[in-house]
Amino acid sequence: MIGDKDVEHVARLARLALTESERARMREQLSAILQYIDKLKAVDVEGVEPTSHAVPLLNVMRDDEPAPCLPQSEALANAPDRVGEFFRVPRIIED
Amino acid sequence: MKTDAKPHLTQLTIHELVDAYRAGSTTPTAATEAYLARIAAHDDKVGGYLTVTREEALAQAHAADERYRKGIPRGPLDGAPFAIKDVFCTRGIRTTCGSKILDGFVPPYDATVVTKLKEAGAVVLGKTNMDEFAMGSSTEHSGFKLTRNPWDLARVPGGSSGGSAAAVAGDLAVAALGTDTGGSVRQPAAFCGVVGLKPTYGRVSRYGLVAFASSLDHVGPLTRDVQDAALVLETIAGLDPHDSTSVPEAVPHYAAALTGDVRGIKIGVPKEYFTPGMDPDVQRSVREAIAVLEKLGAATEEISLPMTDYGIAVYYIIAPAEASSNLARYDGVKYGLRVPGGKDLIDMVSRTRAAGFGAEVKRRIVLGTYALSAGYYDAYYGRAQKVRTLVRRDFERAFARVDLIVAPTTPGVAFRHGEREDPLSMYLNDVFTVGADLAGLPGISVRCGFSAAGLPIGLQVIGRAFDESRVLRVAHAYEQATSWLEKRPQL
Repeated sequence: MIGDKDVEHVARLARLALTESERARMREQLSAILQYIDKLKAVDVEGVEPTSHAVPLLNVMRDDEPAPCLPQSEALANAPDRVGEFFRVPRIIED
Repeated sequence: MKTDAKPHLTQLTIHELVDAYRAGSTTPTAATEAYLARIAAHDDKVGGYLTVTREEALAQAHAADERYRKGIPRGPLDGAPFAIKDVFCTRGIRTTCGSKILDGFVPPYDATVVTKLKEAGAVVLGKTNMDEFAMGSSTEHSGFKLTRNPWDLARVPGGSSGGSAAAVAGDLAVAALGTDTGGSVRQPAAFCGVVGLKPTYGRVSRYGLVAFASSLDHVGPLTRDVQDAALVLETIAGLDPHDSTSVPEAVPHYAAALTGDVRGIKIGVPKEYFTPGMDPDVQRSVREAIAVLEKLGAATEEISLPMTDYGIAVYYIIAPAEASSNLARYDGVKYGLRVPGGKDLIDMVSRTRAAGFGAEVKRRIVLGTYALSAGYYDAYYGRAQKVRTLVRRDFERAFARVDLIVAPTTPGVAFRHGEREDPLSMYLNDVFTVGADLAGLPGISVRCGFSAAGLPIGLQVIGRAFDESRVLRVAHAYEQATSWLEKRPQL
């Protein structure tokens, strides 16, 4: 039901570099899991509303008032690579 | 406790310890030192902790000493030495969530529940081991190490809050915080013979909790007895402006609900929670526990939760789908691991995630991404959300007839390390706990006996939304009427 190409495609969407053997094992295991999940097809869900949260929640608004927030130095403190006030990443725009 | 020898400091409950502080027979520093000494002597066997915060703990204990000396303790948790699951952000203290991708991460803020514990005077001994990103039922998926069950070191403590459960069972902390997404507080509590409480969705703030599946993640305590669970819940519950899913419902005085009186309470016993394949020791112990509740004056009747068999399938679509979105933030840019040398940004991100995530996390990210991807969304995610509604309706129908549901927490007792290598067999372990997560209902696990091999068995009590008081009352009455807590594991 789920082929190598599917796993490869989904892994790319999820930004996961998988090795050949990881991909093969993943395909096998996901097939078994999806086969199990297929039991949901037997349930009659005609006209049933979906549940996204167990407790119904409406939009929660707060007053738009300025308050202290994380200082920049602390927000940057855990960055694996930074330059000055910025996170540094590999080049994404050609010269 | 019916031993002749005076119980050791590390064997007391929170309320016993705080009574002793008040009476002046011991101090928070003495208790904290006793726990730190026991962790130093025994945690290499158990593997409950990822980080021990010795200096911070002693400083917090000294401050608590001072408050007792002056006669101004802060309340029922002041000076109690806690362990915190490593899923909670702790300011200035390494927080890994059991994952190599967060190795070295030092949060700039405390989770709200950690702030509340600290404000109540609790001492933080350290951060406990867990399945990576809380994905697992054995703590074997930790990116760092194994945790062993104090009742039998060859067995798992359950998971994902396995380090927290093992720490409380092994007398390495008086209580601990955990999280429950598919059973991750109640299942390890059952396996380790401690109390594990999962409150109603929205009852406790999740601000500062590393997110796994946001519509299912709950924060809850693991404790030695039900009274302690009530005291911790009362401290950590309530509306938090930092968490829009926390609710403004008033927080009751939960400990006041522990009257021991369960007369007239109507208890439903779901027939689907007693399956032919389950461990006969579990079945027998839970049936006996139900008989105890009847003797105490509760009225029991058989009920049906016909969607029980679909719970795991619903969960393994919804939880991975939400996880695949929540875990998109680990990109090697803002914090944690980065694998350098990628040819461009996407390559760097893909290599970092490949190196930082373990096999189970990758499996769930791919499964969740697949379930949300074009062409499959309606068939998987959409359908699972609708069946989730039917699971909720099962409980609504049941609670129109009964006040509480009583059932086993797990189909079996703690299994051996490596015994559940197949992912699906691991997932099925949560068959009796996922229901309360999908429906957002409060549930507790308390010790109700031992298997022939001497492993603890958990009794689960599930209640209506925001009816933690009644859940706690019945669990407490059962605990008081039985003597299972007298037995302790030997390390």
